[in-house]
Amino acid sequence: MEGDIAQLGQFIGAGLAAIGSGAAAIGVGHVAGNFLAGALRNPSAAAGQTATLFIGIAFAEALGIFAFLVALLLMFAV
Amino acid sequence: MATDESGKLEFHPMDQFIVKPLFGEAGDPVHFYTITNVTLWMALAIGAITLLLVVGTRGRAIIPTRAQSIAELAYGFVYKMVEDVVGKDGLKYFPYIFTLFLFIIFANFLGLIPMSFTTTSHIAVTAIMAFAVFFTVTIIGFVKNGAGFLSLFWVSSAPLALRPILAIIEVISYFVRPVSHSIRLAGNMMAGHAVLKVFAGFAQVGAVAPIAILGVVAIYGLEVLVSAIQAYVFTILTCVYLKDALHPHH
Repeated sequence: MEGDIAQLGQFIGAGLAAIGSGAAAIGVGHVAGNFLAGALRNPSAAAGQTATLFIGIAFAEALGIFAFLVALLLMFAV
Repeated sequence: MATDESGKLEFHPMDQFIVKPLFGEAGDPVHFYTITNVTLWMALAIGAITLLLVVGTRGRAIIPTRAQSIAELAYGFVYKMVEDVVGKDGLKYFPYIFTLFLFIIFANFLGLIPMSFTTTSHIAVTAIMAFAVFFTVTIIGFVKNGAGFLSLFWVSSAPLALRPILAIIEVISYFVRPVSHSIRLAGNMMAGHAVLKVFAGFAQVGAVAPIAILGVVAIYGLEVLVSAIQAYVFTILTCVYLKDALHPHH
């Protein structure tokens, strides 16, 4: 084992920040799952809502991206 | 994939994203005018788009050729997206949105060619596009609505006591837009390509090589999907932001 305690903290912090990606995955799955549940109830209305689906996914994903950004900053910028 | 004496991988998964000058020595400094691999692959994307739209539709046939069909489908797809999300009055900004969509999707797909370079995996590239959208939309909002554009932050459907708090949140989320807009695209492209290289690295270990190669194929298929979806998402978010600028009232 080499390196200093600051680097250790960096790596642990980046790993912890990566948990946020998993949380975003839950959010995206929630959006897509609910869309599918609604779409199966009323398939004729589903086609018009795909844009809304992707916007919802994009917004849910944005917060996962912030977690990813924190991890990247810890790994390469700090 | 060769290994050096210490048994470690010779390549790093992130090595594919290094910006190198095309001409001259390997260690030459990169200035803004230096022709790098990023310049090359962006130029190839522009060339491919020009080829598709200019040469592909040259015939103007009633029964379109394959290239003309692709060009017409892309045009119709983005046109309908702008019309649905922004409305009729957004159609005069259609050329800008169509340009963004074609550039991103071509850069993404060209980046999937083995040994090529994914220009959209660099935040420097996507941030320019995202900030261009941000400033365009903000300027359009103020020109079209004047100070009324600020009503975007004043949620009139909420209870009066909540509105100042919501206004703060709305202002923050407005200024975070270019950050999430750019990093979403760059992060997706970079992470996918890095995963491809990590799986390629596993392929040198004899026992897991078949699984790793299958994994590369599967991830590659996923990346094709992600390339198209991220171009779509970038474009549709641009449309949503434009809609906010044209119709800021909640």
